[in-house]
Amino acid sequence: MDDAELLRRLLSGDQQAFADIVRRHHATLVRVARVYVGSYSTAEDVAQETWMAVVRGIERFEQRSSFKTWLLRICVNRARSIGTREHRSVPVDPTESTTAVDGSRFGENGMWTTPPRSFTDLVDGRVANELVIATIRRTISELPEPARAVVTLRDVEGLSTTEVADLLGLSEANVRVVLHRGRAKVRAALDEIDEGGNQ
Amino acid sequence: MKLTRTNIECRQAVELVSDYLDGLLSRTNRRTLERHLSKCDGCTEYVRQMRVTIELTGKVEPDDLEPSTLDGLVDLFQQYQADRDRD
Repeated sequence: MDDAELLRRLLSGDQQAFADIVRRHHATLVRVARVYVGSYSTAEDVAQETWMAVVRGIERFEQRSSFKTWLLRICVNRARSIGTREHRSVPVDPTESTTAVDGSRFGENGMWTTPPRSFTDLVDGRVANELVIATIRRTISELPEPARAVVTLRDVEGLSTTEVADLLGLSEANVRVVLHRGRAKVRAALDEIDEGGNQ
Repeated sequence: MKLTRTNIECRQAVELVSDYLDGLLSRTNRRTLERHLSKCDGCTEYVRQMRVTIELTGKVEPDDLEPSTLDGLVDLFQQYQADRDRD
């Protein structure tokens, strides 16, 4: 069932629809809130407050944006106001020296010394899917902020670069750089899984 | 990244791949990258790796929600509905 259908049921007071929609989006809210606030438990509080704001304000949702974007905007606004109270700003360090691929993989001429291997074993079942997904999940959770939120929103949740920039209050150029670095880290983690499924 | 030369090294090419896959490269950079890819198997494989990475990341499900959190929220939802119906 998609969000639109759940929303229709939610508007008619369907408790199961509310539970389903919370189950679907709660983890995302916590992750996004965590970008702005100092601790996981505060992020959890922000997510719960977001749900209460949704319950109180659902009739005002005008469906001009997707439900998810509306939901995330409420969450970000709350998290940001708390984050400001905590005197914590979102760090985007433009001087952070990270390249997509470890420099040792290239020779002095800038060409591959060890070319990338094929990832077909990651998708054809030779490497267990659970290991692949666990590796991605762990790598994302270890990303610095706001990369964690950017990769989550863009590649896990499937929002557009523009939506991610809008939600997180970053420029699109910033989102692209952060996303590029985040994806490169996930790729590097997958690259370390060998065909036998070991890391 | 602004490229000053029409021929790029693999080291530079990999920095363009994320934007390339999102269709966000400038026309000049896209042409430069595609020219490089047409003669570089390593970077072509790297693009494939990145495509697989993004596709697999899309399969990650959000973490499980603590049942107690969900129960608490559903209780609040019921409470709100009850209050509203009474008003």
